[in-house]
Amino acid sequence: MAEAFWLIPLIPGAGALVLLLFGSRMPRRWVSWQSTLAVLASFVLSAAGFARLVRAGPDAPALAKTLLPWIASGSFVAEFAFSFDRLSAVMALVVTGVGLLIHVYSVGYMAGDKAYARYFAYLNLFMFFMLVLVTASDIVLMFIGWEGVGLCSYLLIGFWFDRPAAAKAGLKAFVVNRVGDAAFIVGLLFLLTAVGDPSFAAINAAPAAGLVGPGLATLAAVLLFVGATGKSAQIPLYVWLPDAMEGPTPVSALIHAATMVTAGVYMVSRLGGLFAASPAASAVVAWTGGLTAVFAATVALVQTDIKRVLAYSTISQIGYMFLGCGVGACAAGMFHLFTHAFFKSLLFLAAGSVIHALGGEQDMRRMGGLRKRLPVTFPAFLVGAMAIAGVPFLSGFFSKDAILTSAFAGGHYVLYGLGLAGAVLTAFYVFRMVFLTFYGEPRAAGAHPRVRESPPVMTVPLVILAALSALAGLAGLPVLLGGRADLFGRFLEGVVVRTAHRLAASSEVLLILAAAASALAGIYLAFVFYRGSPALPARSAARFPRLYRLLTGKYYVDEAYEAAIVRPLVRGAELVYRRFDLEVVDGALNASAAAARGAGQGLNTVQSGLLRDYALAFLLGVVIFLGALLL
Amino acid sequence: MSAFASALPLVSLVTFLPLAGAVLLVFIRGESLKAVRAAALAVSLLTFALSLFLFFGFDGASGLPEFVERASWLGRGLDYHVGVDGLSLFLVLLAAFLTPIALLSSWRAVGDRVKEFSVFMLLLETGMIGVFVSLNLFLFYVFWEAMLIPMYFLIGIWGGPRRVYATMKFVLFTMFGSLLMLVGVFVLHAAHHQATGGYSLAIADLAGLALSPALQTWLFLGFGLAFAIKVPLFPLHTWLPDAHVEAPTAASVLLAAVLLKMGAYGFLRLGLPLFPLAAASFAPALSVLAAVGIVYGGLMALIQKDMKSLVAYSSVSHMGLVMLAVFSLNFEATEGAIYQMLNHGLSTGALFLCVGILYERTHTRKIADHGGAAARMPVFAGIFLVVMLSSAGLPGLNGFAGEILCFFGVFAANKALAAVSVTTVILSAAYLLWLYRRVLLGPLKDPGDPRLRDLDKRELAYLVPIIVLIVFMGLFPGVFLRKLDASVSRYLDAVKTPAAATLGLAPAPERGQTAENRAELER
Repeated sequence: MAEAFWLIPLIPGAGALVLLLFGSRMPRRWVSWQSTLAVLASFVLSAAGFARLVRAGPDAPALAKTLLPWIASGSFVAEFAFSFDRLSAVMALVVTGVGLLIHVYSVGYMAGDKAYARYFAYLNLFMFFMLVLVTASDIVLMFIGWEGVGLCSYLLIGFWFDRPAAAKAGLKAFVVNRVGDAAFIVGLLFLLTAVGDPSFAAINAAPAAGLVGPGLATLAAVLLFVGATGKSAQIPLYVWLPDAMEGPTPVSALIHAATMVTAGVYMVSRLGGLFAASPAASAVVAWTGGLTAVFAATVALVQTDIKRVLAYSTISQIGYMFLGCGVGACAAGMFHLFTHAFFKSLLFLAAGSVIHALGGEQDMRRMGGLRKRLPVTFPAFLVGAMAIAGVPFLSGFFSKDAILTSAFAGGHYVLYGLGLAGAVLTAFYVFRMVFLTFYGEPRAAGAHPRVRESPPVMTVPLVILAALSALAGLAGLPVLLGGRADLFGRFLEGVVVRTAHRLAASSEVLLILAAAASALAGIYLAFVFYRGSPALPARSAARFPRLYRLLTGKYYVDEAYEAAIVRPLVRGAELVYRRFDLEVVDGALNASAAAARGAGQGLNTVQSGLLRDYALAFLLGVVIFLGALLL
Repeated sequence: MSAFASALPLVSLVTFLPLAGAVLLVFIRGESLKAVRAAALAVSLLTFALSLFLFFGFDGASGLPEFVERASWLGRGLDYHVGVDGLSLFLVLLAAFLTPIALLSSWRAVGDRVKEFSVFMLLLETGMIGVFVSLNLFLFYVFWEAMLIPMYFLIGIWGGPRRVYATMKFVLFTMFGSLLMLVGVFVLHAAHHQATGGYSLAIADLAGLALSPALQTWLFLGFGLAFAIKVPLFPLHTWLPDAHVEAPTAASVLLAAVLLKMGAYGFLRLGLPLFPLAAASFAPALSVLAAVGIVYGGLMALIQKDMKSLVAYSSVSHMGLVMLAVFSLNFEATEGAIYQMLNHGLSTGALFLCVGILYERTHTRKIADHGGAAARMPVFAGIFLVVMLSSAGLPGLNGFAGEILCFFGVFAANKALAAVSVTTVILSAAYLLWLYRRVLLGPLKDPGDPRLRDLDKRELAYLVPIIVLIVFMGLFPGVFLRKLDASVSRYLDAVKTPAAATLGLAPAPERGQTAENRAELER
């Protein structure tokens, strides 16, 4: 069965095609079953592939399959070539596993939507592109998946396209991602020209083979990473993700938390050989990640929309993953990707359950006291919150610790400090959510009288994800516990690059204690602010009004981009349009009309005027054209 | 089939069948709209069917023209000489594919003087195909000129309110270019006579003339200007938005999809191979203009308030990339350019069809007058989406395959210009998706409007084939590219070898060259 791994993307792809063409005429039940079973089939195949790789041992080659040629011209060659190695296996399992749960959850969440079939068609289409992304064996084919998931993200953010905000957010997501992709393409061109082979294996081997020098490696790696900052929502291109919350909540969980947004981390891990060849590029990755982790966490502190908090939290957590990759610990970064997929999709789905129960309410200021009303959602959310906050022995604790330990061991003390500070902030904002949403008195008086727990089709995925969020960390216990620990890291050994730094056991214990302390400190602070003395948040805001406004205004980055890039571009274009394409003509029109009046003849003024305008505009064009050629 | 194909003058049939159809139409009584429309469509479909024999029968291994027909005509080298090679084959197919689509798309839009309209459309088809199949320079010129006339009438009679203005501008620009070209034809004729004592305007013979660099420069400027206007290359583009805005949908489709390609094709067929020294020295400057056009066209498209002029400016941007690739003078860029010409033909043709469909329902092309149509027209919204993504170069669709080859080839020639050209990835997404958002998404502008109905069978019949081709060409570009390889190698030999020899360089082995060509070089 493992040989058929190339069907992993194709099954949901075929499912999507059927749903797109005929879905609107199918019964809903059929749509739900077909789309979910397609993902289940991919999950089973992924598991079979995974099992095969485990049995085959660490030195066995990846499964590979070249289906067809694709684009070939001269020295440019790209094929429909897929491969399935241990990194692909981890990604495919996460994507299909979480994807499966989210398909099931969506059956309940989207039950009342009139475009039910279109929703599942897009969801299956997303699975197709995401799985192409993680099983492509060359970088050009990966780009199909890379842009394809962006397309699905666009379609699903704007799923309720009659809402102006949703349509706008989809557009923003696509265009911002395209900015990153333009850089990605330039990086791709540098690599393809130098290496002459688009396969990941060739690119990773190129620095050692002398095909890619250090300067070129840095340039190409940084350009590709700019692409990753788009897809994975890092500084400076993260601005689309908070707006992406306009999409249905299960979509936010699947695409904008668990899978697509982590594609950049996957890509950097996949190209470990290239990034390892450039310490400068690795430093860019690490610093971008570290700064984003703290930056986004500070914004999350004051947001009141439950989904926005989670969005900024995702930006911040992906920052951690890049921090890990950048300090040479891609296995740790991937481990955090793995655990994050569970606890963040859990948080989103639980938040979705809350929103569902409150009839669409997303503002935490109008929530509160839901603990008893939502007896499954609440504990599930709490487990997710503890996992992301890094409460000891839950999954997030181990994966975050793995990253921070690697940073410290590699001598990146400032980055380590950033990470630790971010951990406090994370614990604070996530428990702020817990307290505001589930504790205290219901704040929307009489608004939600009939709050009821969601149906099992939604709560069962929550319970499964909660279990995974709690336990997934066991896959990567700290090496401190012995050579048999860190299953996850050992599984990926040889596939992703890892700079081994050994720490003394005593320092490692200290680091673990520091991580645990930062999590507990954050939770305690949140308790003080939102349970202990409820007047404190308002008082703090009043005390530091500027800081508070800066944070609630999200550092005004959107406004700055608008003022510095978008508006000048549009204004400039309008100016040039008027001055060059139109004014030459209009100016000539006036002049010739005057001339015609002066002549006072029975000429058709407009006609003759126009004729002269064409002549003038045309002549100017010719002069510029010839000038460019002859000078 | 090859026996069948070789027994027939296939190229002539494909070229002149529309003309014959046009003559036939004149004798159909004009009152019967149905008969006129059906006859015109049948003729164009038959032409397309015949052109498929060209596709399947084309071998492409030699790189030389195939299906060649040659007969003396006016004497003194003014021969009838046609055939197709890798450079022209797909442009012929494109014209033959899109003409029936354009005809079908105007069944409702054109209700006035339908017979004349159909006659001009068929005449236009003969003109377009004739340009691509001509292997004699004089014949090329005749078709080039002849094609202008039906387009002139199509815009001038069935165009929008400012059609007179637009037609004048269109004719003025293109006539000026043609005039320069005509002078060039005379000069080449004389030069060939002087060099050989014989008379010939066969393009292959003219390419063999060792023209002096000075003469090449002047001739290149003459021909180049005519072609650059047609492309249109920045800053000679200002006729295009007006022509498009005023033209009826069917004319817009063929104008964007096929007529603009003639400029680029002119450079490939004549401008670069006949005057290689001049081409080599002008290529850097022309590359800069092309790159400017990519950004300029994209920015202008961003701010247009009329859907048609937005698509028109997007053509300026897209054709800028094609020209940049053409002037990069390497294998990947040239194949990419040719492929991208086809892709642009399909996607931009389809964009005009989509705009036309909206216009037929709402009678306004102003973007601000639209909004939320997707709610009423879901099938249309889906098709528009695919077309838009094709135009924006989404990987897996046709636009990407051409675009990435263009980028790759341009990058090999000039990294800075390649980086500039890649901005089209951002700009095209921005202007197209923004258009889509304003026209199709958001709340429905006028919920009571009964005219916003989804596509009918006729509209599906002409849009679905394009969508299928967009996907097919994106997934299997090899089916098309393999037929180009030998012709492109041969073309690059003609363009690059003389330049290298004169500049005292050894002919550098061209990447992607076939073994055959390498052997040829060594001899």
